[in-house]
Amino acid sequence: MMSAILDRNMTFGAGRERPAAAETSTAPVARSAPPSARSGGAPPPDPGLWGRRMRHAATVVLPPVIVTAIFLFLWEMMTSSQGAVLPGPSQVITDTWELIVNPFYDHGGNDVGMAWQLLASLERVAYGYALAVVAGIGLGVLVGQSTWAMRGLDPLFQVLRTVPPLAWLPISLAAFQASNPSAIFVIFITAIWPIIINTSVGIRNISQDYVNVARVLRLNGFEYFTKIMLPAAAPYVFSGLRIGIGLAWLAIVAAEMLIGGVGIGFFIWDAWNASMLSDIVLALVYVGLVGFFLDRLVAIVGNWVTRGTQAG
Amino acid sequence: MTSYLSIEHVHKTFGEGPTASEVLRDVDLHVDRGEFISIIGHSGCGKSTVLNIVAGLLETSTGAVILDGKEVSKPGPDRSVVFQNHSLLPWLTVRDNVALAVDKTFKGTKSAAERREWILQTLDMVGMSHALDKRPDEISGGMKQRVGIARALAMEPKVLLMDEPFGALDALTRAHLQDEVMRIQSELGNTVLMVTHDVDEAVLLSDRIVMMTNGPAATIGEILEIDLPKPRERLVMADNAQYNHYRAEVLRFLHERHKNPESEAA
Repeated sequence: MMSAILDRNMTFGAGRERPAAAETSTAPVARSAPPSARSGGAPPPDPGLWGRRMRHAATVVLPPVIVTAIFLFLWEMMTSSQGAVLPGPSQVITDTWELIVNPFYDHGGNDVGMAWQLLASLERVAYGYALAVVAGIGLGVLVGQSTWAMRGLDPLFQVLRTVPPLAWLPISLAAFQASNPSAIFVIFITAIWPIIINTSVGIRNISQDYVNVARVLRLNGFEYFTKIMLPAAAPYVFSGLRIGIGLAWLAIVAAEMLIGGVGIGFFIWDAWNASMLSDIVLALVYVGLVGFFLDRLVAIVGNWVTRGTQAG
Repeated sequence: MTSYLSIEHVHKTFGEGPTASEVLRDVDLHVDRGEFISIIGHSGCGKSTVLNIVAGLLETSTGAVILDGKEVSKPGPDRSVVFQNHSLLPWLTVRDNVALAVDKTFKGTKSAAERREWILQTLDMVGMSHALDKRPDEISGGMKQRVGIARALAMEPKVLLMDEPFGALDALTRAHLQDEVMRIQSELGNTVLMVTHDVDEAVLLSDRIVMMTNGPAATIGEILEIDLPKPRERLVMADNAQYNHYRAEVLRFLHERHKNPESEAA
């Protein structure tokens, strides 16, 4: 029950971003179009246009720039004193400059550029996540459709989903006898729960109106699945997919620290063993950025696929 | 008795044992081909239940519904429904919403080209051919209901079932759509069963008005024959003594003999 409430909140949270995003992207275009049309595309004589652009910059661009600058400044201040253990931002950039400018070098073994490290991690996530999407949606549909399956499987899911990702690693190492499949399994088992649960909630929440329409039109099982069930549940499914990709990326770093080989997680562990703190900071920045883009990617795909399904 | 559509002594009880609630008791109604019947009553009197039973969405507890000599037990292509909240699928365009019904109903009998043509024709009939590729969230409530009506008509049903089809619309849009439904019904000669709580709507559109008593265990209280020539003009009717007499009859039934149970309790 708890999980359903939690996930539903996440669902609504994800849904609510849509109008806001639409506002920021369409508003400036719509506002700036009439004056430029009137002046025939010439540099804007209308001072109001520049005024609006400045205001847009001040309200949208400025806050993150200012806050980031303050953050970097404080960080630099706190680490610039004598005897500071952690490197400041300028120190990080100096130390890791070679890594930043040569992301694709390959000296063999684990000694490869940051881009290769990240791609190795992304590849594991891609396999594990893809399996989780297929299995998660399948199980979610089953649990959402069949009360019997829900009663049978839900307790199992509720217990298993609370198991921390890394706790699965020893048992999967034992089962697969190899590190790479084990890491992929950890991603799979981490990402699958929100996908199952959100899909089943989405299926259960299909409006009775649509069910009645399907009955009056006498849609068969397959038609119901493709024409009604999938589109109606899609917003829920995608919020599950979005939570899933976030968890998968969280888990891969930890899993790779333990399994070794090429990958951003082991890169961090390796840097720690070599006391290269600046390398770790750089890796954390990359991990954060990749995680952010993965989340945005799933959100964008979700918005595109579920366009229209929000309307009553 | 050989009516086109007969509702034969239908009882409906929801639930079982001590929690069971009897919704309909002995509802008996006979409808001729091409007749426009309104079912009116206070909310909660089970009028939508009657409609859902005819649609095949609900089963009777006892009694039966017979349409054109065949017993109704599940939804079928001979009965299409216009839902109160239009119930268009928001992820399909106007055209695709109607296409879903047309392709399903006429798969074996019409070619793909004929079906495409028929979709355009029905949407044209409700005045929606300008918005074929719009999605439901891009058109107004009245337009959505037009598409809902087109989807139902496109199945060429023996009986068109309408569940408070204009209930969610503003008064002007509602009047406009009522006129459209009158026009379409006179063109096609459909047999229509409409649930409503709007007295004017019932008198203006119907050949007969079925007035339901209050639930639980609601049944048909009276049936009022509306003997006004068709087509009926809204403005002409406003001054028509006969029309106003019918209107008063329905109001008397609803507000004197079978008062709203909620206002009685208050």
